[in-house]
Amino acid sequence: MIHAAKVQAAGGVRTLGFDASSPLQLSSGETLAPLAVAFESYGALNAERTNAVLVCHGLTTDQFVAGPNPVTGRPAWWPRIVGPGRPIDTNRFYVVCANVLGGAMGTTGPSSSAPDGQPYGLRFPAITLADTVRVQSMLMEALGVESLFLVVGPGFGGMQALQWSSAYPKRVFASIAIAASARQSTQNLALNELGRQAIMADPDWRNGAYLAIGARPTRGLAVARTAAHILGAPASELREKFEAARSSERFAMSAAAEVRASGASFVDRFDANSFLYLTRAMDGFDLAGDFGGALANAFTGGQTRHCVISFNNDQRHPPEESRAIARALLAAGAETASIEIDSPHGHDAHLMEEPAFEAALTGFIDSAASARGLSL
Amino acid sequence: MTAQLELVHVAPPQAQADPRADHFVIGQLIDSGARILDIGCGDGALMRLLAREKQARCSGIERDPAKVRACVAAGLSVTQGDAAADLSAFPAGGFDVVILSQSLQKMPDPRAVLREAARIGGRVIVSIQNAAHWRARIQLLVEGRAARWGEINRPCTVRDMAELARALRLSVETAVPITRGRIGAPFAKTVWRANWFAEEAVFLLAD
Repeated sequence: MIHAAKVQAAGGVRTLGFDASSPLQLSSGETLAPLAVAFESYGALNAERTNAVLVCHGLTTDQFVAGPNPVTGRPAWWPRIVGPGRPIDTNRFYVVCANVLGGAMGTTGPSSSAPDGQPYGLRFPAITLADTVRVQSMLMEALGVESLFLVVGPGFGGMQALQWSSAYPKRVFASIAIAASARQSTQNLALNELGRQAIMADPDWRNGAYLAIGARPTRGLAVARTAAHILGAPASELREKFEAARSSERFAMSAAAEVRASGASFVDRFDANSFLYLTRAMDGFDLAGDFGGALANAFTGGQTRHCVISFNNDQRHPPEESRAIARALLAAGAETASIEIDSPHGHDAHLMEEPAFEAALTGFIDSAASARGLSL
Repeated sequence: MTAQLELVHVAPPQAQADPRADHFVIGQLIDSGARILDIGCGDGALMRLLAREKQARCSGIERDPAKVRACVAAGLSVTQGDAAADLSAFPAGGFDVVILSQSLQKMPDPRAVLREAARIGGRVIVSIQNAAHWRARIQLLVEGRAARWGEINRPCTVRDMAELARALRLSVETAVPITRGRIGAPFAKTVWRANWFAEEAVFLLAD
């Protein structure tokens, strides 16, 4: 079933290795080999191999979608959605989640060892979101899955879901893009740029070679995390935090205690160079741009059933961006469900208890499953 | 405009009154397996009926978030959106039939919506509540009341609809009157009788 690839498990992280005989062809024209892809899987592939679900994780999460991360000790990041009896039911589906290319949780990235034994650092090649999806495609093929029943993800993961159905329309039966966009917004570009500059301005960054000398640009990374956090929470909640910080601190309003706390755990587990590479990949995503400026062309002729979900207080990927996706899908003649969920939680609503969100997911998935001939 | 008028008897007279007789009539007017766009699809009842009875491939567009939630949770391909703004995204001829089931009267600009519907669909089915039914006329005459202060639901008569179709150069292929949940004999040209006696009417329009 698995060809040109070998599964290994070390420290609770399961990886699939591709050697130099099957190098990764990058969008830049370069190749990357060897390549390790860290992934988790839940449930079992059925005999017809028609029940595979690929979950694409967000910028700062990892492959541990439904179980605890043994490296960081953090709980599963999407337990409300993926698990037995959940909307993505692991009793019915074979669910795979892979650490993204350039990520720091087992998949080859800037913190991995280059062929010379030293960490790649900035020698790691530039990657795009299309490369990320290409790696996932190699993984699924190696796992014996020719065609996915469903590809789904929030935010950065939703962008990957869109890229999947555009690049491999025959291999994706259904797709759900949650709180995503087909093109990184200027606002997100700006905040990511701030985060990158903060990392690079940290003296411990050492031109990206910090790992070789045992340093970590944690202060820069904490600022990058704060910048990312600003749009993750709804405006009202953010304001409360700023107000609270102003009464207790002289200047560090943006470093309100709660943000700082989440930033602190983040800097311990996340690799700074990974942040640089992943945000660059995300910032470069422009699906319409790849198709002559017309987003509909990205989906024309595809048979994938689409679901687009957004949250009305999402500052990071506001509903207008999802509406643009839905309009493009309709223009392409794709079967489309799209819905805006009312939630006070902003972008992070996809992680929270949101009955309407879960009902929409369940309805779409169940209907697609019956169209695919998968029994309940 | 010189379309051949083909008066199709959509159904035998029913014994029982049907609260959504217009849905039944619409089901009779579409071909099996047709690609359908339901504009203002509400809770998706018509889409479900057409998918079940006609194996139609249905898409819907609806403005009310609660109704969209119900549709998506029921597995229907429904987009949350506003017909006035979003219909322009649909490709010309993308659907066999576009349906406006008692929704045209709720649009801010019905003329623009109907024009878009005709562009998107090979045929357009419109069902209306007839404001010129004799009981409505008497109510206005006697009680002097016409407005319903709920959602916007502009008054439209059978004659209004026929004239709007003519203005947009759409031919009325057939029209079916419904009174008290019972389906009457189809008409296309002679609208005066239906305009007096139909509570609702379903129009099948074509370019």
